Amino acid sequence: MHSVVLTKGVPDFREGQVSFDEDGHLERGKTPTVMNPNDRHALRAALQTKVRNEGSVSLMSMGPPGYMEVLQEGMRDVYADDLYLLSDREMGAADTWATAMTVATGIQKLDDPPDLVFAGFKTADGETGHTGPQTEWCLDMPLLTHVISLDIDEAEETLRAKRLVEGDVEEIETVEAPLPAFVVADPEFEPTYRRADHRLKHKDLRETTRDRADEFGEYLDDDTDLDPTDWDRFTMWNHEALNLDPDYIGLDGSPTIVAGVDPIPKAPSEREATVVDPDDDAAMEGVVEELAPYAGGD
Amino acid sequence: MTDDYEHYEAVVVGAGPGGAAAAATLARNGIETLVLERGVDAGSKNVSGGLLYAEESSPYTIDELFPGFRDEASDREVTEHYIHNVAGRDVKTFDLGDLHHHDTEWADSVLRRKMDSWLAREVHEMTRETGGGLLTEVRVNGLLREGAEIVGVTCDELDPIRADVIIAADGVNSELARDAGLMDWEEPEEWFQGVKAVVDMPEGAIEDRFNVDEDEGVAHLFSGDLFRNVRGGGFLYTNDQSLSIGTVFHLDSIADERAEPQQLLDNLLTHPLLADWLGDEYDELEYSAKLVPDSKKVAHPSPYRDRLLLVGDAAGQMQAQGPIIKGMNHAVTAGALAAEAFVDARSRGDTSAAGERYVAKLENEGVMDKLRPTRYKTLGKLGEVGPVASAMNAVTDSALGRAAISALGDRAESLFNSPFLMGMLPDTRMGYVTVPTVIAEELGAPVEGVNTIEPPELDDRIGDLTYDIDEGNPHIELRDNSFAASGTAVTACPVSAKDFGGGCYRDEYVGTNGSEEHVVSLDTQPCVECGTCAVVADTDWTHPRGGKGVEYEQG
Repeated sequence: MHSVVLTKGVPDFREGQVSFDEDGHLERGKTPTVMNPNDRHALRAALQTKVRNEGSVSLMSMGPPGYMEVLQEGMRDVYADDLYLLSDREMGAADTWATAMTVATGIQKLDDPPDLVFAGFKTADGETGHTGPQTEWCLDMPLLTHVISLDIDEAEETLRAKRLVEGDVEEIETVEAPLPAFVVADPEFEPTYRRADHRLKHKDLRETTRDRADEFGEYLDDDTDLDPTDWDRFTMWNHEALNLDPDYIGLDGSPTIVAGVDPIPKAPSEREATVVDPDDDAAMEGVVEELAPYAGGD
Repeated sequence: MTDDYEHYEAVVVGAGPGGAAAAATLARNGIETLVLERGVDAGSKNVSGGLLYAEESSPYTIDELFPGFRDEASDREVTEHYIHNVAGRDVKTFDLGDLHHHDTEWADSVLRRKMDSWLAREVHEMTRETGGGLLTEVRVNGLLREGAEIVGVTCDELDPIRADVIIAADGVNSELARDAGLMDWEEPEEWFQGVKAVVDMPEGAIEDRFNVDEDEGVAHLFSGDLFRNVRGGGFLYTNDQSLSIGTVFHLDSIADERAEPQQLLDNLLTHPLLADWLGDEYDELEYSAKLVPDSKKVAHPSPYRDRLLLVGDAAGQMQAQGPIIKGMNHAVTAGALAAEAFVDARSRGDTSAAGERYVAKLENEGVMDKLRPTRYKTLGKLGEVGPVASAMNAVTDSALGRAAISALGDRAESLFNSPFLMGMLPDTRMGYVTVPTVIAEELGAPVEGVNTIEPPELDDRIGDLTYDIDEGNPHIELRDNSFAASGTAVTACPVSAKDFGGGCYRDEYVGTNGSEEHVVSLDTQPCVECGTCAVVADTDWTHPRGGKGVEYEQG
């Protein structure tokens, strides 16, 4: 069972990590890039498949060379086996469609065709949620979105999944699809390991993939002469390797037109405030009168 | 029931020293062994006084089973052992060296989180090679049965698992032992309760204050009137960079006296005798508690049923040799013997005979006689009968008794060092309170030190512990909340106290239709899972699900 998980590097939006300039624009150079949080759910779903059904998990991303560290993070924390980065200047500034075209081509180039492709539920920066389904369209696979649990029947070559209906946690449906299939994991996805041997395998993977990720980390050190593309579990493909026409990828291949960007208004730094003594009955009555309209009272 | 459950040749429940010894012995014999531990890490649910003995007479010691154990997992080799008889400020110290060294190959101070987690790593590697392994955060909640026969275990986190042998090393609150009907929690007199503070020591302080080398340690025991009339005593052991200071009392005595364990511990911590050892700065790293089986009463003579074999605390295997307590070493021996019994039975094609073989090995290796000495059975039981015990107390505390002790002088020290005598003494107030107090008054001298430390309040001790609360799944249920049925939990619980609202139990007066009812309320949040309340109150008590509840960092 071979799974491919799609991932993207996004700014680390956690408090204390993100930097903005004076105009409120995100300073990408000063903000660390991390794996899109929703992609972890996709990786966990793929890992569950690997543990229960054997096989391997490939992690694929399209982006600048700096994404190699994101891939390493995926190997260290969510136990991916092989890492693929689709990267060159011609792929830059792609919208979701151009990205999907490129990624789908990368998947089709794999020596071991995947039985499953996993994507996370939208990225933390773009939040369109389009790239996964558009990639699926290119690959022409059955698409299962908002998946919260899944089981593989290898003999029947089918996938049975529970999914939220339109993202509603109150309504869950069970669906079945033939393999290969494309799965978008919902943030509600919770891997389950109810057998001891599955948990033991999981524990083994933690050890082996962390050691492997540390090994890759040596290739990524700033002061090393090692070439990451020499590392046996990492592959980098440019548009030529993928045999893609630059006119159909990157900025040139992106049909999306951004008409304009409205800056988010800054919150006022100061507000007028009046200090009211709680023992001053008249003043407190005034407060109540001020609040009453908002409470729907008289 | 279905037949497609996972199957392992052996399932070991609990990754303390007993479970580790069993798993290591099984793995060495090529047995596919799965070890299930409910803590987030081995040792995170465990507490011990802190001395691990290796006995010369034992067929197994922990360092034989795990080479490197003493370098990696234990703290200091304890070479000196003293007991302090206390009466107010008067103290008479006896050297317990002879008793300590009797049948002792070595004795090391240990902290359970460090020790158990090291053992668990070793065990995982060993058992993984035979197709098994060690899993944490899995709580085994009962026995899988086929008809009436035990054939495996059930878990909160995993589907049921079948096994040819189940070795329950799941501690004093063993749910498997109770499920099999081999242990109950009915009688407070069958248990001790210990509480402990691990106290941080500045670098070099242990060597300076206890006059020991870097790799040497010392043990101090305390008895007398420090603890009101509660039957039990205190201990202090030197670890690498900390002290383990605690108290152990008969649970029935704690219950009868309405004593509060943390206050009794504070009585010890604030005694002038400890002033020079503790210094001016008191930094308590962890407060913990544990129930301990009184093996003389509950060590099970036949600790097995079907494929289930009990070892360690789960089988009541804890030896109180007078003031010296030996538990972990017996768990190690029993764990290895249980594994050995299964290996023997399997090699003869009859794994169902493992239990019988285990019992025979416990008898033949002398383990049962250490746990339940024959000489205690006669004198001990006689001495514990109320009127006889009272008479003995009266004689000892009389002018005649005092004169006798005074005349005995330092020769009393040699009596304390008699393993024979210590093994037969009845558990009366005489041994714990009266005699030590009289010795201190007649033979002792006032200590000079001024103890200025202030132990933390109970709410601070509770607040410093790490809990992972299992919201919506309380692991204790009060079946009868009347004060008459469950009120003792308020005082006996180590994280509750009278007039304290932030603990596990508290008492309340509830007005109903003009009358007032005295009831007990339960909040399981600060529970340290010692199980005391399961014995002294009317509760349904189970362990929290795997990884949930308290997490000890020291243990």
